[in-house]
Amino acid sequence: MSGLRILVPVKRVIDYAVKPRVNRAQTAVETASVKHSMNPFDELSIEEAVRLRERKTPVEEIVAFSAGPPKSQDILRTAMAMGVDRGIHVVVEEKDALEPLGVAKLLKKVVDEQKTNLVLLGKQSIDDDAGQTGQMLAGLLNWPQATQASKVQIEGDSVTVIKEVDGGVETVKAKLPMVITTDLRLNEPRYASLPNIMKAKKKPLDKKTLKDFGIESQPRLKTIKVTEPPTRKGGVKVDDVDSMISKLKELGAL
Amino acid sequence: MFSVARQSVLRQARTQLRLSQPTAVPQYSAFARLLSTLAVLEQRDGKLNVSSLAAVSAGTKLGGSITAFVAGSGVKSVAEEAAKVKGIEKIIYVENGAYDKGLPENYAPLLVENIKKGGYTHILAGHSAFGKNLLPRVAAILDTQQISDITGIESEDTFVRPIYAGNAILTVQSTDSTKIITVRGTAFPVPETDGGSATVEEGVDPKADSPTEWVSEDLAKSDRPDLGSADKVVSGGRGLKSKEEFDRLMPPLADALGAAIGASRAAVDSGFADNSLQVGQTGKNVAPQLYLCAGISGAIQHLAGMKDSKVIAAINKDPEAPIFQVADVGLVGDLFEKVPELTEKLKSQ
Repeated sequence: MSGLRILVPVKRVIDYAVKPRVNRAQTAVETASVKHSMNPFDELSIEEAVRLRERKTPVEEIVAFSAGPPKSQDILRTAMAMGVDRGIHVVVEEKDALEPLGVAKLLKKVVDEQKTNLVLLGKQSIDDDAGQTGQMLAGLLNWPQATQASKVQIEGDSVTVIKEVDGGVETVKAKLPMVITTDLRLNEPRYASLPNIMKAKKKPLDKKTLKDFGIESQPRLKTIKVTEPPTRKGGVKVDDVDSMISKLKELGAL
Repeated sequence: MFSVARQSVLRQARTQLRLSQPTAVPQYSAFARLLSTLAVLEQRDGKLNVSSLAAVSAGTKLGGSITAFVAGSGVKSVAEEAAKVKGIEKIIYVENGAYDKGLPENYAPLLVENIKKGGYTHILAGHSAFGKNLLPRVAAILDTQQISDITGIESEDTFVRPIYAGNAILTVQSTDSTKIITVRGTAFPVPETDGGSATVEEGVDPKADSPTEWVSEDLAKSDRPDLGSADKVVSGGRGLKSKEEFDRLMPPLADALGAAIGASRAAVDSGFADNSLQVGQTGKNVAPQLYLCAGISGAIQHLAGMKDSKVIAAINKDPEAPIFQVADVGLVGDLFEKVPELTEKLKSQ
């Protein structure tokens, strides 16, 4: 194998620190004039791809990919400022947003086209919290998968991944090509430096459409409504441990 | 194909029933008979993972017949154990050590074969590490858009699930003929594990190879109740300051209450606690009778994992901490004093 050709899909989502609000018509979460940024798990994927190169693993190319509204190119630039070589942006308007299955189908075509042999995705996006795309892509490609990775080791074409599972960790081993989804403990993403942000502006960014890949945005799921979660009633504050215990007893929790 | 034919049969049956029998009850039961759920159960070392039975509870809510599925080495005994679970009509088991670790590369083709053979309308599994890893792969092979982590069922095709870390609740309708769903364990209490009498049957085994090899695992051993299903949870955050303090203060409190131990992401990131203890959007979801937390500010990502708890109690020195907005009982104070005091007083009761 001549080297890794890494594809890192990234998603533009409402910033994790923003408290999302449901719109009045109860059809969606309000996204207009809300701060957006790169899905936090995707930052981990990029960081990992860049670190592979820094660790002298032969990396031929790191390509970031996003399917989303025109503003998604901002996060592709961020990815490039972190060390990605180039970007591919499939412009999809918000009303035509793809479901995970649609994204996985699109990614399969991109993987074929780019001759990718390693796809690094976040384990979930923090907007729809589905956690499906990586596994779906692996299924469509019939490639090995390792989800919720907290450590990735590549030697030649052999990949060892430590995964976060219920109650601990699990180690699996497979051969490239492979799909890996990243978990929080994998690494600490770097901040893009100003010179790198400037350099990123000159890196190539391909703009494409769904039609270029022969994919249609046909949702399988229909949103019936989006509502606010039931709010909890504010409780009482107590002054000492004894009143805490008696209050908990009163509530039947002890 | 087959599933499409099935759906049209379903639709036809429903229309006819509606015309001939306007009364609701017979119509429902006749229609429910056409629903068939496959609940994918988990096992480890020949023991049934009881929390995976939430898939059966969700199936019961859907109506229709429920078949449970289990695979691995020595699973016949697991199948016989599961046969006693109320609500299951049939258990399909596949005896093969290749499925012990739930590797999706061979488990997905296995499930797909058995789904095709059984023609189920709904495939349910828990939203656990196993279910999250496996089901989307199955869904992609079957060309179906999965619905993850549901907390409610409105009808056979309409489901409720939290999005944006639980800050919004989405009701979504599936147009796929086979619905593939993971269920949130805390939203579907485990069914009675006694009194059922399911038939046990062997499934088909396509014996697909797995290109992925399971190497090892390192699971935290604990005598305490399992975090995901515990009645009581005590949880610590960044306020505990170090792993030493976490280990000094939290386990005694947990033992005094018979509780499981959880942690905030901040505590996990700082190395105070193991990652598997993380409660929140990207960790575990818990909904115990009592959630008692100390030194946790209450970021939205953390609240996402615990705000369905029956009673929330919080100890924090910052009276403005957002955790107090959701806590039923809040104590403003230094946790290094209050937690040991609480532990002592609970013990002496």
